[in-house]
Amino acid sequence: MKTELRRSRQEMGKHTMMTEPRKTGPARRTVLLGAAGAAAALAMPRSGLAAASVPAPKASLWPEAAFKATVPDAALKALWGSSTLVSTDQVKMEAPDIAENGAVVPISVDANETAITGAALLARHNPYSLACAYEIPEGTSPAISSRLKLARTTEVVAAVKAGGKLYATSKQVKVTLGGCG
Amino acid sequence: MAHQILVHATTSGGVTTVEALIKHPMDSGFVKGKDGKLIPPHYIEVVEFTHKGKLVLRGFWGPAVSKNPFIRFSFKGGASGDPIGVSWVDNKGETANMSASIM
Amino acid sequence: MQRTSAMIVALAMLTLGAAPLAKAGPAADLKAFQAYFQTRFPTLALQDYVDGPYNFSANDRAQWKQILEFPPYSFAVDAGKTAFGTKFPDGADYASCFPLGGIGIAQDYPKFDEKTGKVVTIGIAINECRKRHGLKPLSLTKGELADIVAYMTSTSDGKLIHVVIPNDKRAIAAYEAGKEYFYSRRGQLNFSCASCHVQAAGKRLRGQYLAPALGITASFPVYRSKWGDVGTLVRRFIGCNRKVRSVPAKPDSAAYRDLAYFLTYMSNGLPIAGPGARS
Repeated sequence: MKTELRRSRQEMGKHTMMTEPRKTGPARRTVLLGAAGAAAALAMPRSGLAAASVPAPKASLWPEAAFKATVPDAALKALWGSSTLVSTDQVKMEAPDIAENGAVVPISVDANETAITGAALLARHNPYSLACAYEIPEGTSPAISSRLKLARTTEVVAAVKAGGKLYATSKQVKVTLGGCG
Repeated sequence: MAHQILVHATTSGGVTTVEALIKHPMDSGFVKGKDGKLIPPHYIEVVEFTHKGKLVLRGFWGPAVSKNPFIRFSFKGGASGDPIGVSWVDNKGETANMSASIM
Repeated sequence: MQRTSAMIVALAMLTLGAAPLAKAGPAADLKAFQAYFQTRFPTLALQDYVDGPYNFSANDRAQWKQILEFPPYSFAVDAGKTAFGTKFPDGADYASCFPLGGIGIAQDYPKFDEKTGKVVTIGIAINECRKRHGLKPLSLTKGELADIVAYMTSTSDGKLIHVVIPNDKRAIAAYEAGKEYFYSRRGQLNFSCASCHVQAAGKRLRGQYLAPALGITASFPVYRSKWGDVGTLVRRFIGCNRKVRSVPAKPDSAAYRDLAYFLTYMSNGLPIAGPGARS
């Protein structure tokens, strides 16, 4: 808590030097909507469903025990049968130092390991440790970006499963109180 | 009918990148409503992405995934016009799905 | 003799004192307002102000940019486009109520309606359109109306804000009322809008940076992570009032119309950046 206050006092005094080149106007993306591009969407039936709808996933696949675990070790054991993590810089995680809003924290995982079959993001101080997990078929990259909720300042762990071993990296993400309501 | 799943899929250099925004409250069950009562948990549990019908990613989500979940991932292959399928099931058994074309 | 001269002096003082403070007028106010901020934050170009709090924290800016990669207001724009294009029971539609069919006009609002003598925000214009065609008004703060405003605003992306205050006593009075509201303290916490958005602009309230008042309306309607959906400027006025523990006014009140008139006018020349995303 003290470190956070110290940092905030340092930052309050100065105008932030934005060293990145600033584009004129806000950085925006044109939102490209929905199915098959605008032209095709007009041709689609009003119900909005594509001709061949995509089958629903089986709810039974959901690893309930892993998502009910309240500590990362238990979550990993339930998810992948092991909680032995090899800490490595071959697993990368992008997460902010301070979450602007704990309800929406952009976090991504990536890894340089070969034959990655799974990835998971865990937050130690969330009520349930496991935030999300992925089954990665061959040909799919382990680089996955998500937006997660963090209940409070916490260590976030990004783990990947490759060839029977689990590799991970972690980072402390601070969650502060907003003031503006 | 307004879309409930928005997908933006592009391909370049033999790699297809998929970005999706999925409308869903993702209620954790920890938040109280205006009436002071806890809003029951309501979140996507399993989400699947397919390319030409073949699974390219399966996600297991829970209450810690933000409201209106966003995801970006990529896979080898894919050509402009190929169908990308998105489908999910939540803890109440509700489902939704859609298909979009790679740009 | 002394008494006469004293009386003359007194009379002169009375005349000078009684002369009303010459009101500078909106155009001069605008110049001074923008100049104040530009002097205070010399590294910011005028159009940068629409980025609001993200001018002051690289940490927050990076997260905002990431979230904008697939904007959370996308659903609102999509739903708003559908709602905007849906015909009314009598066969008319929203496009028929607005200049240029409602496309690319958001930067001109709020407007002064010379017939009614009131300020009209884009949300109020939508409800007036509904009324003319036999439909009930929508909530001015969120939901379908906010979605429609999000869509209409998206068609004005990058256009320069251009609020007009005609040379009409009533329009100028509305502007002045909005200006007075902005600078008046209120609520249990006794803050004015200016307390946070002028005096403390660029500084923090707990963990959050405060946006300068200049440019602050440009990103509305806004998807706030806190709301989990899109809300209008009026929604935010109500929230800010509650935050300083002041009883909020009604969404369609003159107080908020006039405040929107003043506040948006102060951002004339800045680009529309709405719909926007904030925490």
